[in-house]
Amino acid sequence: MTAIEPSAGPASSSQLARERAVGAVQSFGAPIVLVIVVIVASFSFPTFFTATNLTNILLQSSFLLIVGIGMTFVIVTGGIDLSVGSVFALGGVLAAYASQWGWVAALVVPLVVGALIGAIQGALVAWGGMAPFIVTLAGLLAVRGIVLAITNGGSTTPLITDPVLKVIGQGGLAGIEWPVIIGLVLLVIGIVLLTRSRTGQGVVAVGGSENASTLMGLPVARVKMSVYVLSGIMAALAGALNAAYTSSGVPVVGVGMELSAISAVVIGGTLLTGGKGSLIGTLAGVLLLGVIQNIINQVGSLTSSVQSIVSGGFLAVVVIIQTVLSRQQRL
Amino acid sequence: MSSVTIRLPRQGAGLALLQKYGVYLAIVLILVANLLVTPNFFTVDNLRTQLVQVVPVLIVALGMALVIGTEGIDLSVGASMAMAAAVLPLYIGYGFVPALIIALVAALVIGLTNGVLVAFVGVQPIVATLSLMVAGRGLALLVAGEQLRPVIDPSVLALGRGTVFGVPWAVLIAAALVAIIAVLVNRTTFGKQLVAVGGNRRAAELAGLPVKRILLVIYLVCAVLAAVAGIIGTARLAASVPSTIGNLIELSAITAVVVGGTPLSGGQVKIAGTVAGALLLQIITATLVKHNVPDAYSQIIQAAIIVVAVYIQRGKVFTK
Amino acid sequence: MTESSTSNPAGADVSSASAGTPVLQARGVSKRFSGVTALDGIDFTVLPGEAHALMGENGAGKSTLIKVLTGVYQPDDGELALHGEPVRFARPLDAQKSGVSTIYQEVNLIPLMSVAQNIFLGREPRGFLGLIDHRRMYADARELLGTYGIQVDVRRPLRSLALGVQQMVALARAVSINARVVIMDEPTSSLETAEVETLFRVIGMLRAEGIAIVYVSHRMDEIYRVCEKVTVLRDGKVVHVGDLAELPRVELVSKMLGRSVDAVAKGGATSFSEDSHVSEATPVLTATDLSRRHQIDGVGLTIRPGEVVGLGGLLGAGRSETLKGISGVMQLDRGSVVIDGQTVRSGSVPAAIRAGIVMLPEDRKAEGIIPGLSVRDNIVLAALPRLSKAGFSSRKNQDAVVDVFMKRLRIKASSPDQAVSELSGGNQQKVMIARWLAMSPKVLLLDEPTRGIDVGAKAEVQALIDELAKEGLAIVLVSSELEEVVEGADRVVVLRDGQVVTELTGDQVDEKHLLDAIAGDGAASVVGADEPTSTTTDTEEPA
Repeated sequence: MTAIEPSAGPASSSQLARERAVGAVQSFGAPIVLVIVVIVASFSFPTFFTATNLTNILLQSSFLLIVGIGMTFVIVTGGIDLSVGSVFALGGVLAAYASQWGWVAALVVPLVVGALIGAIQGALVAWGGMAPFIVTLAGLLAVRGIVLAITNGGSTTPLITDPVLKVIGQGGLAGIEWPVIIGLVLLVIGIVLLTRSRTGQGVVAVGGSENASTLMGLPVARVKMSVYVLSGIMAALAGALNAAYTSSGVPVVGVGMELSAISAVVIGGTLLTGGKGSLIGTLAGVLLLGVIQNIINQVGSLTSSVQSIVSGGFLAVVVIIQTVLSRQQRL
Repeated sequence: MSSVTIRLPRQGAGLALLQKYGVYLAIVLILVANLLVTPNFFTVDNLRTQLVQVVPVLIVALGMALVIGTEGIDLSVGASMAMAAAVLPLYIGYGFVPALIIALVAALVIGLTNGVLVAFVGVQPIVATLSLMVAGRGLALLVAGEQLRPVIDPSVLALGRGTVFGVPWAVLIAAALVAIIAVLVNRTTFGKQLVAVGGNRRAAELAGLPVKRILLVIYLVCAVLAAVAGIIGTARLAASVPSTIGNLIELSAITAVVVGGTPLSGGQVKIAGTVAGALLLQIITATLVKHNVPDAYSQIIQAAIIVVAVYIQRGKVFTK
Repeated sequence: MTESSTSNPAGADVSSASAGTPVLQARGVSKRFSGVTALDGIDFTVLPGEAHALMGENGAGKSTLIKVLTGVYQPDDGELALHGEPVRFARPLDAQKSGVSTIYQEVNLIPLMSVAQNIFLGREPRGFLGLIDHRRMYADARELLGTYGIQVDVRRPLRSLALGVQQMVALARAVSINARVVIMDEPTSSLETAEVETLFRVIGMLRAEGIAIVYVSHRMDEIYRVCEKVTVLRDGKVVHVGDLAELPRVELVSKMLGRSVDAVAKGGATSFSEDSHVSEATPVLTATDLSRRHQIDGVGLTIRPGEVVGLGGLLGAGRSETLKGISGVMQLDRGSVVIDGQTVRSGSVPAAIRAGIVMLPEDRKAEGIIPGLSVRDNIVLAALPRLSKAGFSSRKNQDAVVDVFMKRLRIKASSPDQAVSELSGGNQQKVMIARWLAMSPKVLLLDEPTRGIDVGAKAEVQALIDELAKEGLAIVLVSSELEEVVEGADRVVVLRDGQVVTELTGDQVDEKHLLDAIAGDGAASVVGADEPTSTTTDTEEPA
């Protein structure tokens, strides 16, 4: 029996080597840059590499991490969720309102509403055949409208008095705050889900080729729907935790958060075209943004506009690298 | 390229008519409804106010229509507006015209970056312009020193408040731009070529069209139009507010374009429809304001309009 | 309406087609699309272990029938039966679960995922806590592919493999989902010769296991080599069912075309005129040393006005790449194109067009037509700058050009304003040719000009190529149909592995010489030339 050696065709050994190299850059680029930035910052700012500052960065990043986990799943399917910032705010406001009925309600209500919003958006994308960015852009607007509507146009800020909720937001275990622990646990669950479950493989497959996935019998519409539900839940949860952390449901939080989340995910090596994603990369992307924010704060003379220039510029650079690399791979 | 495509079910003739004329029908319906239930809607003053208010969105939507026609999207229009608004007061000391030119050039930098990223690097338009949306506004704020500056130059103020035979300057400028863009799209080689690029980029390349140059020019035009809108907006406010000007305007502009019958999948540009789409959004907002509907609800209503409009237009796909 | 379709006694003497309950059956299946009947009362029967060819011209209903059989479409009338029991496939998954799998022309897998993931997607082996057991998945994938003699690193992303191997992965997946019937839709169209052989070997193994194959292909050689039964469709109806061995090739073609045998046998299979247009004129175009890594290597070509030069060779030999290199579509590493003494800037389509070189691309849908635009806009697309004044387009100038070409090429459209996407494939192809003729080119490069268009349009396009050459245009013709190259070209330059191996002129331009040249060193078996039936279309089939 003659064996077919895959030497003919598009893969010669040098190409294979290059493909591996490109893959490595895509997978490990963000963690490596993160380590370099941390080292440079540690030498430049004496207050940077201190336990207080580092735990502070972790805590500040944990909310974005949770949003980013949901966003990673969405982007892996080739979609995008621009509504997360608004859902984040709604989650916080709802958690604060619901905290009057106890901490369980304060967590359950936002999650249910977040799931519902995700389900509506997901249904429009999956069964309505509409472009994800337009659906979720409308979602961004509508959910922000809902937030304003239930807070008297943003003038009311419901407060949290429930002690358990306060502990969840502000307490911790072994010096690590609960939001960080929750974020990391969700990250681990997400990694297992994405790489080791049939559902997760379905998510990757749908992003890789919708047509092929349909023909291979995957429930494409259901997969697409579910990632938006997940993203809605994660954004609402992050919002609720943030409310617990600040003891109040501030209606104006989360503006522009979708951009940070998308940046973090893309910086982490997840392809915006879908079909390939890394949650570890998302963690690295989130931390990178957090560290940069922290450095800008350390410098002091820099303003928030520099933060947006840096993150916008960072996103552009990463996307350029991704585009050039994937074009290389295609040759 | 895949051999098996799963098609949406074919739409009926009714849907086709709705796609084509739905926006005009909606305008008529809402105007009639206002005639019946809204006092003081059909006054010259109110109509003039509505026209003036729609100008920024309308001008931005013109550029957006061109970009969408090439199967692209520009989320950075708000940043271009902010950039123009930030730069204008800084150079107004040199006179109105030089300041105007510098402001437009500043916005061109954003358009140029978008165009290079999309056309030459090959980045997806949504991501390229997303990064410019963030970075561009940051840059505008940095240029402005994160400050709000009052504008007192009489020429600028006239741009915002002055009229010719009772017609506001802003409206005249918008009308002129509409005419220019309409001629560009319907009567020039460039117009046909941009639609061809949106319809089938690969085929346009093989037909010898300068695809990259066309895309670059489109993003430049879009940024300049947004800058004009930013300057008019600044003139109306008599203040340069780079932190908020044009926030979420990309959403209104995209809505106007799509409501007006230009499909997001590219290959078509409907200028009259875009104008009608912008007007429709404006009279809906005006109606809600007149009836004291809180801002929160008008946001939700606008979101609903986007979804419905895109849902209706979504069948207009030619290639995949 | 149809000849006896079930348990044809003639099928009994074919060894592996064990008589018995049909594994898959369509009974009186009809399908309409917005008033147009695509399938009309189709009866189609597949027995276990048989290889059944499904034949028909474009538009005969083959692909619609396949989609009904695999659950992509639901029949409007009639029913499907599996092992004799009526069955309904609501979606492709239902069909797959019932043992009906499909291999498509373009590999329909997930390019970014690994080979193993592709094979086991949706049914990955699971271990601890229901989590995917990657190690077992890789081992199973390796073993499965090994049974078909394919050894690859199953952890590699699918897209890093050659197309043929990808096709095998698709096949392995289909079979491993317990397929009883595998439908193959043009499976060999993008495969290398060696890969085709592997495919045929695997098909043999599958049949031995009692798995039925429904084989769709335009390649007659393959059909006669692989299949024993045939069902011929025309205009949505079954026009013939029977054993392939009893059906001479020419009769099969005549049934597909709906013409009498005499008409087909007469005067070859194409509409090119007999007389050649040999030209002694000075070359209009000289291409030398065209090279690009992995694609073409030192290809040279001269073309004189008024002659048709064919490019022969297998898929991947560098034919399309040569055209792309000359027309500026593909950046060259090396080499030059000189037209009328002027060197053309490499890698620039506009420069090539300005110099008078135009190319009709192979993939009309993806690279040719602009679907949303009208027939007029599509025709004038390239010529637009010339028909405009100061950047403003002139409708009068356009109409003059459009009018001429719509008449000359007999483009059937309700008006120039009709959307080009509404035209038939043949008319779209004519629009594409009109687009280039409107540029008054000196050299016309045609890549598969008659692929995927109906018989009538094919004849018209072939006649047009002849006519254009007579008028003095220099034409390069690439076609995967041997007879089209042989009958259409005055000279044939033969490529192999990206290099020119020989040039056939005069009497050498026939299918035998061409086959030998393509295969090289007498190893003519590559394209099945050792089979008595492969060279001409009108030989009887003794098998």
